[in-house]
Amino acid sequence: MPGVMARRVDPKVLEKLSRRLRRGSVAITGTNGKTTTTRMVSKILHTAGIRAVNNSTGANLVTGVTAALVSDTSLSGRPASEMGLFEVDEASVPRVAEEAQLSLLAVLNLFRDQLDRYGELSYTAKVIASAFPDLPPDGSVVLNADDPLVANLGRGTKNPVFFGVEDPALDTGKLQHIADSKDCPVCGTALSYEAVYFGHVGVYRCPNCSFARPEPAYRATRVRMDGPRGTDFLLTTPGGEHEARIGLPGLYNVYNALAAAAVAIEAGVEAEDVVRGLRAFGGAFGRVERVRVGEKEVFLLLIKNPVGFNEILRTFVASPAERANADRAGHVLIAINDNDADGRDVSWLWDVDFEMLAEAVTPGGAVPRFYVTGIRAEDMAVRLKYAELPVHSVIPDRKEALLAALGATPPGETLYVLPTYTTMLELRQTLSDLGHTHPFWEDK
Amino acid sequence: MKLTIHHLYADMMNLYGDRGNVIAIKKRAEWRGIAVEVVDVGLGESISPTSSADLFLFGGGQDREQTLLVEDLSGMKGADLRAVVEDGGVVLGVCGGYQLMGHYYETPEGQKLPGIGVFDMYTRPRRGDEARLIGNVLARVRAPEEDGVVHEVAGFENHGGRTELGDDAEPFADVIVGYGNNGRDGTEGARRLNAYGTYLHGSLLPKNPWLTDQLVLGALRRVDDRAELEPLDDSAERDAFASVANRLRKG
Repeated sequence: MPGVMARRVDPKVLEKLSRRLRRGSVAITGTNGKTTTTRMVSKILHTAGIRAVNNSTGANLVTGVTAALVSDTSLSGRPASEMGLFEVDEASVPRVAEEAQLSLLAVLNLFRDQLDRYGELSYTAKVIASAFPDLPPDGSVVLNADDPLVANLGRGTKNPVFFGVEDPALDTGKLQHIADSKDCPVCGTALSYEAVYFGHVGVYRCPNCSFARPEPAYRATRVRMDGPRGTDFLLTTPGGEHEARIGLPGLYNVYNALAAAAVAIEAGVEAEDVVRGLRAFGGAFGRVERVRVGEKEVFLLLIKNPVGFNEILRTFVASPAERANADRAGHVLIAINDNDADGRDVSWLWDVDFEMLAEAVTPGGAVPRFYVTGIRAEDMAVRLKYAELPVHSVIPDRKEALLAALGATPPGETLYVLPTYTTMLELRQTLSDLGHTHPFWEDK
Repeated sequence: MKLTIHHLYADMMNLYGDRGNVIAIKKRAEWRGIAVEVVDVGLGESISPTSSADLFLFGGGQDREQTLLVEDLSGMKGADLRAVVEDGGVVLGVCGGYQLMGHYYETPEGQKLPGIGVFDMYTRPRRGDEARLIGNVLARVRAPEEDGVVHEVAGFENHGGRTELGDDAEPFADVIVGYGNNGRDGTEGARRLNAYGTYLHGSLLPKNPWLTDQLVLGALRRVDDRAELEPLDDSAERDAFASVANRLRKG
């Protein structure tokens, strides 16, 4: 691995190379959406004519950041890029901040899928906050105002920049059964919510102390979901209001776009370029992919944790619009592995609100046909059983399962594939082996 | 008959899929025609056993939350829960909840948080040179159960604290694969009368349906000592158990 080697040759290589980037470096961290947000910023910078060096997906530790910079540098030691743009794993934030001399750090959200690796959320928050003193005096931290644990990080820094969603129509009216951080991070009292968008993300205040959702400088209002095709919203920045559209579904992608807009504008990009870049953005490798297979379509949607899983179920499987579009409820293949990259503990499947599907299916209405696969196919089958959802087939082998589910999907219809990270790689390979490749698969 | 699940600190301690345990109990009771009510017992609320069958769940939480509820537990609620256990009531403590059923739980900062002391045990924090104990677990339950079978349980553990059982504590199970109470003595969890404590969290009950049924039956028998449970088709649950157990046995 070039990053490891380069660091062995010169432990200060990241620091030295970073200094040569004219526009400095920005980093994006958080549990969900790092890759998508980083790609959005990348697209925006490209639109604005700024050359930025990125690390690739899965290389978000300090070695991956080093490798990206090394490969961007000529033999004479000059970087090809003006700016560094890195997605960084939460635990690696302090080292990257120090060595890469970040001028801007964005924290998207803190959900529980990292628990395997780092213990507990409040600990992860502390680790991230410990990087703040390494930011330069004119540097800033971009924070999600709607995630209490992330917003609270703003108290430890001089000039936090907040982003948030303000749209009462998106209020789900209930806290999902996911207890990541519903309590005040300052005094521990249960927070009171004016709106809950998903998980513990929403508009909140502490009834006991002065902690409350900070006023965001970057806001999304009037969010209009256009099914799987995309989402429109009104983007408010310190400079004004702009009609924005992204070609991605789901409120979580609105948050990613907001974070990307805040990072880009704080880094000196014009709002017009931000809006153009977001509009041109096609989706990050592997997160959402559509693949045509003969007369059928495969829609791959990566699942990482309960909150993401719930959003995908709500958008694609339970949404009345989707079910009205198709006469049939559709075919769904859920693929669960428990390798390190997936999370070894599958108990999170019990925090996913599959019960909402049972509720969304009206009596006599069509029930999606569920196929389950992966190392933990049997656990997934039990989860569906206890949500009173019928399981059509349990086929642990990924290729067999994909072929069975595809075979059962009628021409003209879509097979929704919901894989964890390593099953996504396996299923994508299978599709590729079958000759169904797609330009979106190019990782660039 | 009606079964009430008293979910202690559900809003604070619902970590690692504790919800799976609630769902498993609820569904397996409902599938047998037993009405189920889930009552969340939060901070400042007291335990109120019903005139019918009761089952108490005490789940896992984060350190920050653990500190908050110790004070709550040190009053009447702890005494009430202790009385439930001594009276043969059915209680399942998981992870953080299990730790607080011992004499004390020492935080990484060295603070000793008193537990309710129904199990003769204490929990100390991990030392700097010790890792968190994380991974899949397969364990053999100590005694033959109601059905005359020596069962195995499969689950996932994730804890920094090391629990040491005293002479008066009976382990729940012996570790076949995994760490258990402390990674040293091969014990997992604790058991006293109808109270169970374990580090196996989240999807413990869904994959180990015999244990779910034993908790439900234990609760029903407190009201009607001839209560029985109709058998269910557990093939999906057995497949899920076998899949992970076989994998662990292979190493």
